[in-house]
Amino acid sequence: MTALSLRGIEKSFSGNAILKGVSLDAGPGEFIALVGPSGCGKSTLLRILAGLESADAGEIMLGDRDLSSVPAADRNIAMVFQSYALYPHLTAAQNIAVPLVMRRLTGAQRLPLVGPLMPGQRKAITEIKRDVREMAVSLKIDHLLDRKPGQMSGGQRQRVALGRAMVRRPAVFLMDEPLSNLDANLRVHARGEIVELHRRAGVPTLYVTHDQAEALSMADRVAVMIGGSLLQLASPQVIYDDPAHVEVARFIGQPRINLFQSVVGADGRITLGDVSLGLSRETVSAGAPVTIGIRPEFVRVHRSGQQGLPARIERLEFLGSEIIAYCRLDAIGEPVVAKLSPAEGAGLAAAMPVRLDFDADRLFVFAEDGHRLRPELMGAAAPLETAHG
Amino acid sequence: MAEAIATATPIVRKPVRSAAERQEARAALALSLPAMVLLFVFILLPVALVIIFGFTDYELGYAGFRFVGFDNYADLFTDRTFRRSLWNTTVYTAIVAPVSIFMALGLAMLIESENIGRSFFRTAYFLPVASLLVAMATVWQYLFHPTIGPINALLALGGLPRPNWLGASTSVLYSLSIIGIWQSVGFNLVLFLAGLTAIPRELYQAAHVDGARSAFDRFRLVTWPMLGPTTLFVTTISIINAVKVFETVKTLTEGGPNKASEVLLFTIYQEGFVYLKVGYASAMTVVFLIILVVLMFLQYRIQDKQVHYS
Amino acid sequence: MNAQAFTFGRAVRLSILIFGAVIFLAPYIFMISTAGKAQSDIFSSSLSLVPQHWSYVANFTKALTRVSMTTLLWNGVVVCVLIFVFQVIIAIPCAYAMAKLKFRAARLMMVLVMLGLLVPIHATALPLYVAFDRMSVLNSYFALVAPFTISVFGIFLFLQFFRAMPDDLIHAARLDGMSETGIIARVIVPNAWPAITAFAIFSVVAHWNDLYWPLIVVSNQAYATPPLGLLYFRAAEAGDDYGALMAATLIITTPLVAAFLLAQKRFVEGITMTGLKG
Repeated sequence: MTALSLRGIEKSFSGNAILKGVSLDAGPGEFIALVGPSGCGKSTLLRILAGLESADAGEIMLGDRDLSSVPAADRNIAMVFQSYALYPHLTAAQNIAVPLVMRRLTGAQRLPLVGPLMPGQRKAITEIKRDVREMAVSLKIDHLLDRKPGQMSGGQRQRVALGRAMVRRPAVFLMDEPLSNLDANLRVHARGEIVELHRRAGVPTLYVTHDQAEALSMADRVAVMIGGSLLQLASPQVIYDDPAHVEVARFIGQPRINLFQSVVGADGRITLGDVSLGLSRETVSAGAPVTIGIRPEFVRVHRSGQQGLPARIERLEFLGSEIIAYCRLDAIGEPVVAKLSPAEGAGLAAAMPVRLDFDADRLFVFAEDGHRLRPELMGAAAPLETAHG
Repeated sequence: MAEAIATATPIVRKPVRSAAERQEARAALALSLPAMVLLFVFILLPVALVIIFGFTDYELGYAGFRFVGFDNYADLFTDRTFRRSLWNTTVYTAIVAPVSIFMALGLAMLIESENIGRSFFRTAYFLPVASLLVAMATVWQYLFHPTIGPINALLALGGLPRPNWLGASTSVLYSLSIIGIWQSVGFNLVLFLAGLTAIPRELYQAAHVDGARSAFDRFRLVTWPMLGPTTLFVTTISIINAVKVFETVKTLTEGGPNKASEVLLFTIYQEGFVYLKVGYASAMTVVFLIILVVLMFLQYRIQDKQVHYS
Repeated sequence: MNAQAFTFGRAVRLSILIFGAVIFLAPYIFMISTAGKAQSDIFSSSLSLVPQHWSYVANFTKALTRVSMTTLLWNGVVVCVLIFVFQVIIAIPCAYAMAKLKFRAARLMMVLVMLGLLVPIHATALPLYVAFDRMSVLNSYFALVAPFTISVFGIFLFLQFFRAMPDDLIHAARLDGMSETGIIARVIVPNAWPAITAFAIFSVVAHWNDLYWPLIVVSNQAYATPPLGLLYFRAAEAGDDYGALMAATLIITTPLVAAFLLAQKRFVEGITMTGLKG
């Protein structure tokens, strides 16, 4: 069941394609994080959804209602902006009340001087005040209601912005990097709060961020956008463990995944230095270039023995709970990053010759166009063969 | 659920753009329509008419007019009053603009480096800007009065010659210039003060460290280049305001004595609104407009060359 | 750097500033002093600042009776207020549309605005005068106000100011359900007070002091603005009755000078803002 559906959204600005046909479905109450590097089109997508920009092609469905030609004000979509976009001249209470005032009062009731004379205006205002207060209490900002944005801290402004978005019970929630203006501590704390607020509101939420940690920790599903295309939409775990595209693998994960260029050999095998890996013949033809990826935590560093590829440690970073080893392969001169536990890293030093080997079932192979290829494991015992060195 | 949703979906070409964007464009046009109509009626159309009138012998009070080509402009070149008027305007501008700019810059730097009485000085020098010029010109007329004026009384005390300030054709333009300077320094000063406050303190400290020992070195190294955009703007506006001198002339001298204070706008006013020679005055107005256009063009050109300051 | 010692350089600096200030203020001092002097004082002792025979009452009576000062000041207020209100009502929506809305005519309009900035009233006065004469609307508030209802400079100033306002604020307002006029009234204007005040000061100073246009379209004392009225007063006095003349000058200069002294900071900010942006 889908609550919100985007179909083939396209947008270009002065000839530059920003969105190249993005489609996405969100279930009721689902929290989707749109993540990608800056300029990948994620904010544009959000703005198109909100009705602040119009798409060149594609359609937006909310339930069975086509939103494409509905103006922003009538879409029943709320948005939290990166800059919060609070009205600087209004108090927190007035800011939160704006969407209610606009919807519940008629034009005449909103007029200064004349408004209070209109029938029903006082009752509506009382209700608005009550709703604003309830909202404020639930966000724990009821003590700030009389302050203007200029007199609030970043975290407080962010809550007011959330309140303004939530108070009218929208059908969809959009958030455009709402935490990026907060300091690091507050940001981690606010993640949990937003997830909790989302759970209570129970409406589909699209959350744009460039911070992969935010995306992975908060969302039900993560949508990775790169260069105007949605490359993968899946649960955080699948995104990390089973990336569908080389760019997804490259973008998600810290430190970054190790990637090696290689070519499919005549026998359908891929060689990387003196590593060899088999692929089923149907997927790629001989001579096709491929990319092999291995996440740093699946690189093992051996100080002795014959297993693995010879390499040299260039630099070590001690991070407390883990150690990052920056190595370079002797054979092909490629850098390899390994993430080790302090126990594994004990005794390692820069310039030390080591041998690296990889968790075979953790290797990803990507075709030239970036799509994932499933390697056919060659023999259970030694999926990775190394010519002895 | 782990499907990758990519570009597979067929693209539905819908006229999404039209609805929202046409609505926005319509709202924008509606909001700017009154301004654009008035802009056309009160600025563009009159300018076009002035250019057209400039080629006619139109005089108010006479029924028709005919086109006379460039006759008006040919007449302008031989019109001694107009030539006198152009020359006087040039002299007036050549005195008032530079003096009021450099006086304002000097005073602004003195005020900026002083920390007592800042707002008092600023107020004192700015007061003439907020004062009714016609009124203050009257006061200056009294101050300049050859027999009972305080200035000549003061000069008499010092045994100095007592000029007939506004009454003599040799001194009238200079006397008007003094009033012009007095009136415009405050405006320039306030702009320079704003420009000076915007210069980061660190730059001066860096200049000290880099060995700019004298105040003049620091002025050359930091103040003058950093004030570039302000100076350019102040210069343009000072020149334009000086070219537009009218109030003092109309109030105090009516172009006299003996056309010694005849200036461009006053001549246009006389020809157009006193003698009602609309065609001829229009030709003069075109000359006036061309001067303004050239000045603005020069400003843009210089501004383009120093974009790095902004 | 903060606690300045009283050095020789500083003494020179302060002397220059004080000397300059005295010269700049001298016209005001003599205006106030002369407004209280009897004719005999003016001729005998022009350098003494305190009148020997206090004639303030006599001079002010003359000033107030020869020309109706209240009419002049009232006309000045009416004209300035009308001009300012129209300018703001017309310029703000246009500037908002140009700054924040997408439409094709925007670029052409920008060109027109830049052209309009070049054209002062002196250049358009002739055809406007001819037209107003044909329409028989000379000597009216309409004639005094109409040409200034469009302030290209106002559009330009507000345009610059609105461009600096975050787009997200307007987006938020749209999502909150506001129409474009609603956004102008509820979001733009309440946050544009610095620009509006600056423009108000610019506009009022310019039109309170303007002599050129009133001189052209008004020949009837009933519609005279302060500068024009003072011109009439001078003509009526003809001679050298500087006492009465200074009293009249004092009356006419006081409103704007008083406003300036009361709201100095705003004035200076306003001039700086309009100046640097213009």
